[in-house]
Amino acid sequence: MAIEVRIPTILLQYTGGAKAVAGAGDTLEAVIDDLESRHPGLRERLVDNGGLRRFVNVYLNDEDVRFLDGLTTPVSDGDSVTVLPAVAGGSARGW
Amino acid sequence: MLKIDQDIVDAIVAHARRDHPDEACGIVAGAIGSDRPERLVPMANAERSPTFYRFDSLEQLRVWREMDDRDEEPVVIYHSHTASEAYPSRTDLDYAAEPTAHYLLVSTRHDDDVEIRSFRIVDRVVTEEEVVVAGRE
Repeated sequence: MAIEVRIPTILLQYTGGAKAVAGAGDTLEAVIDDLESRHPGLRERLVDNGGLRRFVNVYLNDEDVRFLDGLTTPVSDGDSVTVLPAVAGGSARGW
Repeated sequence: MLKIDQDIVDAIVAHARRDHPDEACGIVAGAIGSDRPERLVPMANAERSPTFYRFDSLEQLRVWREMDDRDEEPVVIYHSHTASEAYPSRTDLDYAAEPTAHYLLVSTRHDDDVEIRSFRIVDRVVTEEEVVVAGRE
């Protein structure tokens, strides 16, 4: 069961520069845990307090997993997961 | 230093004026490693706010995939401040996640004037840089 996970520039430090890594699992959460076992520190950049970080976009194929089931979204062999840090900011002091 | 064509700067300023008082945002894509901003892609501000901006997540996926297909990267990431100076805020530092991009800020706080400044933001460290605008051929 192979899920391709595409890694953005800012997280390449966790994968030794690999822009795509393979993971295994039945849900997005399981795939992230699997990646963490080989790329320590990656999970913390994606997950906090049991959910996906607010300003990290995670897509399953063409969909934003926020509109699916977040971390519990089921994944299937051959699926592609893409991670992109949200592009955001503004003049205000903080969210 | 950011080198950018006058046409692109004009279009970015027009975008910022059009969306004022909401913050405007977008990118200018260019060939990977070229440091040349060539293709302007204005983005929708999903926050539609006078003090925050955020790219819509699905639009961002589409634009990032398109850049991938074209061997491009976001050379410039721009947004406007509508009531404050064209300088990165703490929020801008919190979310800057493209270490090789030039962060271009436009301020539309004055009707008769526009401020345009460019910065590198790496690991929350801001370095201002000169903006060199190339005239029309």
